[in-house]
Amino acid sequence: MSTLDNKAEKNVEQVEATPSKQINDKDRKKGAWGIILMFFVIGLVASLAFGWLIFPELLYSQKKQPIDFNHALHVGAVEDGCESCHYFREDGSFSGVPKLAQCMDCHEEVQGENPEEARFVNEYVAKGNEVPWLVYSRQPDCVFFPHIAHVKMGKEDCSTCHGHIGESTHSRVYEENRLTGYSRDIWGKSMAGFKGNTWDRMKMDDCAECHAAVKTQAETTKTLPWPISWIPRPYEKPASSQVRINVQKEACFVCHK
Amino acid sequence: MKVCRRSFLSLIIGGAAGTAFSPLPWKLIDDASIWTQNWPWTSVPEDGEVSHVNSVCTLCPGGCGITVRKVNNRAIKIEGMKGHPVNDGGICVLGVSGLQLLYGPTRVKTPLKRTGVRGEGKWKKISWDEAIAEVVKKLVSLRKEGKSHTVASISGSDRGTVAQLLGRFLTAYGSPNFIRTPSIQDSYELTAHLMQGGQDQVGFDAENSDFVLSFGSGLIEGWGSPVRMIKANSKWKERGKVVQIESRLSNTAAKADEWISINPGTEATLAFGIANVIIQESLYNTDFADNYSYGFEEFKQFVLSEFSPDDVAEITGVSSSTIESLAKNFAKASKPLAVCGRGKGETPGSLNEFIAVNALNALVGNINKKGGVWSVPDLDYIKWPEPEKDLVAENGMNKGRIDCAGSSKYPDTRYLLDRLPSAINSGEQYPIEALFVAGANPLYTMTDSKKVKEAFDKIPFVVSFSSYMDETAENADLILPNHVFLERYEDVPTPPGMQKPVISLSKPVVNPLFDTKHLGDVILLIAKSFGGKIADAFPWDNYEACLKETLGNDWDKLVDDGYLFHSNFRPAAWGNAFSNTPSKKFEFVNKGKAESVKIEGDEQSYPFILMPYDSMRLASGFIGDPPFAIKTVEDTVLKAKEIVVEINPRTARGFVEGGYAILSTPKGQAKVRVHYSDGVMPGIVAIPRGLGHTAYDDYLAGKGVNFNELIGLVEDPVSGLNAAWGIRAKLTRA
Repeated sequence: MSTLDNKAEKNVEQVEATPSKQINDKDRKKGAWGIILMFFVIGLVASLAFGWLIFPELLYSQKKQPIDFNHALHVGAVEDGCESCHYFREDGSFSGVPKLAQCMDCHEEVQGENPEEARFVNEYVAKGNEVPWLVYSRQPDCVFFPHIAHVKMGKEDCSTCHGHIGESTHSRVYEENRLTGYSRDIWGKSMAGFKGNTWDRMKMDDCAECHAAVKTQAETTKTLPWPISWIPRPYEKPASSQVRINVQKEACFVCHK
Repeated sequence: MKVCRRSFLSLIIGGAAGTAFSPLPWKLIDDASIWTQNWPWTSVPEDGEVSHVNSVCTLCPGGCGITVRKVNNRAIKIEGMKGHPVNDGGICVLGVSGLQLLYGPTRVKTPLKRTGVRGEGKWKKISWDEAIAEVVKKLVSLRKEGKSHTVASISGSDRGTVAQLLGRFLTAYGSPNFIRTPSIQDSYELTAHLMQGGQDQVGFDAENSDFVLSFGSGLIEGWGSPVRMIKANSKWKERGKVVQIESRLSNTAAKADEWISINPGTEATLAFGIANVIIQESLYNTDFADNYSYGFEEFKQFVLSEFSPDDVAEITGVSSSTIESLAKNFAKASKPLAVCGRGKGETPGSLNEFIAVNALNALVGNINKKGGVWSVPDLDYIKWPEPEKDLVAENGMNKGRIDCAGSSKYPDTRYLLDRLPSAINSGEQYPIEALFVAGANPLYTMTDSKKVKEAFDKIPFVVSFSSYMDETAENADLILPNHVFLERYEDVPTPPGMQKPVISLSKPVVNPLFDTKHLGDVILLIAKSFGGKIADAFPWDNYEACLKETLGNDWDKLVDDGYLFHSNFRPAAWGNAFSNTPSKKFEFVNKGKAESVKIEGDEQSYPFILMPYDSMRLASGFIGDPPFAIKTVEDTVLKAKEIVVEINPRTARGFVEGGYAILSTPKGQAKVRVHYSDGVMPGIVAIPRGLGHTAYDDYLAGKGVNFNELIGLVEDPVSGLNAAWGIRAKLTRA
């Protein structure tokens, strides 16, 4: 017999055997799908859990401010509110976090009972070292943000962007993005990007949200009553201190110089 | 339960789906893009309080006022100081790149002592005490041996308190060898000394001139005070005429109203030819010639007999009709001004040429007149008593200068640095045992580099005060780094060519970044180590105290304004302007023969003439181009690392545009690229100056060829100054 006949015989046997095995196979297949589905769910749940719960913990490191600062206490003691310490310089630029020299105006020596203050005076004032404050609101370097345009011209409250930090009695933990080095406050506490307050998140969309609103107010230009010598080139220093800034054109270079 | 391949795939798919619905990928993409902005080589400007410091730039002798913008303690940008009498807000490419000389990698950060062979680059860091002790030890031993005169000092300037302190130290110590680096200032000073008497500086009331006749001066290429001249040039565009006489179409020539191409080296002849026409046509100022000058008749005879327009046309290649019209236009202009000194004026020239050009100014009576040439007296605010000399110093000072300046051979010349190498190499007078170099880079800037190097190798003790690791510092035994110009106080007196006296104050913009010391303080410390009369000559505690005391009442104003300008200064009237000459009048002197300076090389073996040219973009002085500046150099000047020479297409037969050639002169040879330019006279090869550094950073070192390696010295027979304006050369295919 040729090998060809042998093969044909085998094929016949197989065809005959199939009907008896069919039911068993169906059950088995159902079971297999169940397992496959289970694995799908395991993968889904695990990755969701990782992405939502573990990933943020890995991405952000928890840092303590060098000195536990009591904003509420200071705001109560000064006259001008936020601007007492976070003031505008003569040229209109914003001073941001105070330098040591400014703190020393009051804290040349220990004034109160607070151990944190004593530590501040001993470790920084006495040694003349600047305090390496961690700035929650620091934006990436490519963002040009003039405080004066927003606070003085736009009449925005500090709290619109910074929240009620002025009422805090302790410095909260600074969560530093391990990859970018910026604070978690920029992306926001919520990983999904939900926000309840204007200050919960400070990504570009949040800036744009407000800028778009201003645009619809039909105010096309504003006049700044101060010199803008601090605006970097290529903007020439204007001859007068008055300058008109176009707020309608929402071009990229409004913030990205 | 059976885990199969499908289960595994399912797990992956589930994971992928879950990941997609988690913040992970989206957050990471966002963060990664921000992360890329924070790479360490991405420069991030400092954020903080902005302030401005007014100071003065001393990277060249131009003396421009600068305003440096600072953020916190970081200097961010150098700009021209608005309202400064020299540059009024303008700044040049070198000045604007100055921060790279402050923060760049070429700084010498601490005193260094050589440990390897000279020039090998092996150094040992030493303390300032050790460094000064080392210098004092050497100087004391030389003095003991009665060899105080064998100490020499090369300085970039001889004016201002720092240079004066250095000169004063040499005098008190007992050496006559304080040598200033050469420039057209030497030629101009000497010309003014011979014709007008005294040692006044020569100033040009360029802004007010309405006809500028320039004999090859790079008016907008760095001549005089560069920014000031560029501004003056803008004024001439409105109400003046500029005629540029030059063998190459330089930027100045291109921007001039008229460009006259002249056979190189025959400028003096042309000036005399113009004088001939002016005298012949009686266009000269008869009042000045008759009443306030001496030797006019003799000059007239000399010019009329030897410089007829036809003869001059023959020599210079400028047609006689052009000479005549030039002469007439020049003489008829209400405020004409003739200037000379090639390119940036970093090398002196033939005295004959300077005298001829100054004679033109005198003929039209514009000496000390509006728009003309002014005698500008030095502001004598440095009123220190003459240092008392002890016996050793007295003996040393009587030895005579090694460069023969002021000797019977060159009685009127004050400094002859270019003669120093031959004096050392020939050993005719005495050897130099110790050399101090401040504000100068002679190993790069001096002509005939090989001879200079040879001479340097014979000096057993070389001290450099350079802030940068330049060619001279690399070959020194000891480096005592000065603060850079943005870190130090220094007075900067009237820059060359400025028509009114001005002092500017260089102020520290930032605190010294490294362990450097002000040269003034170093001199004081060295002097005090000696005790006795040397120490007595330096009664100040430190340089700042010295400067403050010297400037007296002007100090406060200088600190506040940054400069002190005598805006009402008017030069002396003709009646008493020339009281220092033997005749008490302006003297039409005729020193030497009126023939053009012969350059080195014979015509047979070297058919071309190699001439250097200057550019604002290439610093060719003691400071090399910082990276910003070198980046602005076109690829018809520097192609990658290769220098490009310009040659007229008519004489470039056999060479391809952009192709290689071997350029040889009697002094050396170099591989160059060839660029066709119709702006260069046939027969001339034009080569840029300022390239071919071996020192400084990777941006500058090893790019192109240093012209000084290809040219030798041609001494002016009367002044002894270098009068070489080119050298014969040949080009062969590479």
